Amino acid sequence: MLIEIDNVNKQFAVPGGTVDALKDIDLNIGAGEFVCLLGPSGCGKSTLLNALAGFVQPSSGAIRIDGRADAAAEPGPDRGMVFQEYALFPWMTVAQNIAFGLEIKGMKRAEINERVDLLLGKLNLREFRERFPRDLSGGMRQRVAIARVLALDSPIMLMDEPFGALDALTRRTLQDELLRIWEEFKKTIIFVTHSIEESIYLADRVVVMTYRPGTVKRDVVIELPRPRDTAGSEFNELKKELAQMVMEEQMRFAQSEIRGVTAD
Amino acid sequence: MAAVLASSGASRTARLLRGVLIPLAVVVIWQIVTGLEWINPIILPSPVAVVTKWWQYLKPTVTMADGLGAWLHSSELLTDAANSLYRVVMGFLVGTVIALPLGLLMGTSTRVYGLFNPLVQVVRPIPPIAYIPLAILWFGLGNPPAFFLIALGAFFPVLMNTIAGVRHVDGIYLRAARNLGASQFTIFRRVIMPAATPYILSGIRIGIGTAFIVVIVAEMIAVNNGLGYRILEAREYMWSDKIIAGMLTIGLLGLVIDLGMDRLNNHLLKWHRGLETK
Repeated sequence: MLIEIDNVNKQFAVPGGTVDALKDIDLNIGAGEFVCLLGPSGCGKSTLLNALAGFVQPSSGAIRIDGRADAAAEPGPDRGMVFQEYALFPWMTVAQNIAFGLEIKGMKRAEINERVDLLLGKLNLREFRERFPRDLSGGMRQRVAIARVLALDSPIMLMDEPFGALDALTRRTLQDELLRIWEEFKKTIIFVTHSIEESIYLADRVVVMTYRPGTVKRDVVIELPRPRDTAGSEFNELKKELAQMVMEEQMRFAQSEIRGVTAD
Repeated sequence: MAAVLASSGASRTARLLRGVLIPLAVVVIWQIVTGLEWINPIILPSPVAVVTKWWQYLKPTVTMADGLGAWLHSSELLTDAANSLYRVVMGFLVGTVIALPLGLLMGTSTRVYGLFNPLVQVVRPIPPIAYIPLAILWFGLGNPPAFFLIALGAFFPVLMNTIAGVRHVDGIYLRAARNLGASQFTIFRRVIMPAATPYILSGIRIGIGTAFIVVIVAEMIAVNNGLGYRILEAREYMWSDKIIAGMLTIGLLGLVIDLGMDRLNNHLLKWHRGLETK
């Protein structure tokens, strides 16, 4: 499993012109890699993730998965996505949410139940089996969303700031669970975040992106052994280094906001 | 919060008492005013007279020995209520059976919406009552014009709410479903339909309410039974007590239907209600 992002560009039409959301993105992601896309708002990291998911199509360039050029032309269960807003179906119970993708696949009822039970166990959701999403906390809901994607057994997991709305403690717990799942299920994970610490804590590689046009600023390999100590000196060195890069882009973002305001 | 209120029996009784205070006061004043004959009983009969008349109106004229069907049928009130209810149900079904698919189509397809919306917007503000002359011309007398008018009254609330329900489905659910491999048909059936259900049900509730208003009016014109007809008939004889008895029956029937809808709502929308359902 190899994801090749080959010279991908994406322009969006805006009033009075176009915006280069993505420009000349070249990126290869290997099987089983955990890659974080890091950058300020408007750097195109979510656009890139949506292009991988098949929700948006690149204006030019290609996304190949195992050499298939049309692999990301449509959304599909081979690239399961976890959204920041959870996107659980509120009219379905936890178990029904997890079973949804399996029913579409046409799996037999007994097999579905078995798989749902397995995942409920893995994510500590057993006692919430028959609950509706409304009854769950944010952390619990995101666990269900992760289980729903894991159920499909897709090799690739796309995660769009999945823990962005959670409190710090829940966030750390879910990060650890995600790492455990990643190791156990051998997934390729592409994870969008704007938290520098989160990206260093989780990823094999952190891809820092620039603010408009969205390009790859730096591709940083994180070699720290897991579990990573967020208070360690190496961790903090990396944090400083990445913060420097992100701040540069944040400044450009802020300046363009000011320009935007004065231009009005 | 709910648990606290339920556990303290005293406050519950107090709330119940508070609830009957005003209605009781109204009835007492009404009885005093009419009992002392300050008002002509034709203008406003006493509550006792109304209840007496109500009982006469309800009481079957044959005995149970003639069979349950005949016994129930010999009650004028029950026959009227059944006739009115039948018209409401039939008219409402006709209206909904047309409004629901059309609403789903208009909600999902911008092309269908563009085709039908101008007509809908022009016709919608016309109250069903205004169709009465045409309804009689087209359908003659009896049940058909009543069905037509009631269907018309139920049609628009169901249609408008169905369109709104489909259009307000959060895009994130559609994206999640596509990501999980759902086809357009599966998305429609398992995502758009349930997501739109709260809107559709509230449209149905408003539709039934409208149907109930229209049935009374329709019965005053085109038919010779039903609660609406009975009120008008009583007016001919200046039976004010029977008019009020009929009105109260209409009110109670409406209340029962609305409570039934509320039950159905709660059952279908378990997922939609707040945390207080726990």
